Amino acid sequence: MLAKRIIPCLDIKDGRTVKGVNFENLRDAGDAVELARRYADEGADELVFLDITATHEKRKTLATLVERIAQHINIPFTVGGGIGTVEDVNVLLQSGADKVSLNSAAVKHPALIADIADKFGSQCLVLAIDAKETATGWKVYLNGGRLATELDLFAWAQQSEQLGAGEILFTSMNHDGTKNGFANVALRQLSSVVNIPVIASGGAGSMQHFVETFTEGHADAALAASIFHFQEISIRELKHFLQQHQIPVRL
Amino acid sequence: MKLVIIDYGAGNTQSVKFAFQRLGVNPVLSSNEEDILSADKVIFPGVGHAKAAMDVLKEKQLDRLIPQLKQPVLGICLGMQLMCKFSEEGKTPCLGIFDETVKLFEPKAKVPHMGWQQTTDSQQQTTGFYYFVHSYYVPVNNYTTLTCQYITDFSAAVQKDNFYGVQFHPEKSGEAGEQLLQKFLEAR
Repeated sequence: MLAKRIIPCLDIKDGRTVKGVNFENLRDAGDAVELARRYADEGADELVFLDITATHEKRKTLATLVERIAQHINIPFTVGGGIGTVEDVNVLLQSGADKVSLNSAAVKHPALIADIADKFGSQCLVLAIDAKETATGWKVYLNGGRLATELDLFAWAQQSEQLGAGEILFTSMNHDGTKNGFANVALRQLSSVVNIPVIASGGAGSMQHFVETFTEGHADAALAASIFHFQEISIRELKHFLQQHQIPVRL
Repeated sequence: MKLVIIDYGAGNTQSVKFAFQRLGVNPVLSSNEEDILSADKVIFPGVGHAKAAMDVLKEKQLDRLIPQLKQPVLGICLGMQLMCKFSEEGKTPCLGIFDETVKLFEPKAKVPHMGWQQTTDSQQQTTGFYYFVHSYYVPVNNYTTLTCQYITDFSAAVQKDNFYGVQFHPEKSGEAGEQLLQKFLEAR
């Protein structure tokens, strides 16, 4: 049976990992490669690196870091943050990234999804969506959650699947940083409207929350950052806990 | 040992190279016929589209060279699929080492098949977890050495004479993957 995946996320700034609460107040949480290795040894199934300071000048620094990660890590990893062109993707994949995640740029230029999927395959393209539940439904937000759009979460997910996205990474802004659990109702709906894997993100606070996002939210994978960074939950313990709750995991 | 990774623009070449470096072997990336023929072992990597990959192999005349190799050859993911006779992906004839047609998964569950799964060997023993990412599969056949079940039973690994193929990514499959690569290095 296909295992549910546990994915620690490392927010990267100048080669080090940081984690914001509600996208603000960054705290330094250590060297990226060192932390990545620790996670891989603890049983992480995949890693996501989000470069939150990705600017044009920093691209080279990022590519160097990606190469270091690829040399030391024997599990798949995704790199995201500020990716806007096919060439950006090419550089990261050539450096050893397995997948890239696209966010704002895909909303602004949906054709970019198709361009990347055609050139490198859907398997390397994770579409990241930050969304917030509003009075008129779940709306997509851009630029790290600072810019609201009228785009509907579910419609956008479906459109991106048709264009060639290989996975959806859905972060609920209502849940992110709260530690009150994942957005399972929305996740379940999302998983029913697309036929590609859905990664749950935002709200992890306890091991039970992971059980719930797999059983109630029908997520294929769950992503979290701070609870792993600050060792509130160990990945190994979490996976044993999931197994005890009949969730298929890699142990 | 001279280990050559066939360089034809496959997406995972770098990761495969790093994986062998972690095992203490420094592979050579090459599409040169002499280099490949003189290798002790050959890795045929692959991430991408079957038809596009076959076009590159033909352009570099590797489509004729690979089936003639006598040393152990390991095809990874698309590399394994390209060793079959035909692929539904782009409806392209492939290298024909294995007399099989590579098929697209029916969308009865999420496609691609993405993530970690155990396989079953010929003695019905369960293996460790390997990392898979693929939408097409090689059906179970006489040369299947590991079987996996997702939507249908398919070949997770095949072997015929000196040709080995794995559908999963050993270079990304943690310790289980490293053990498999180590075994390939030791294969004669």
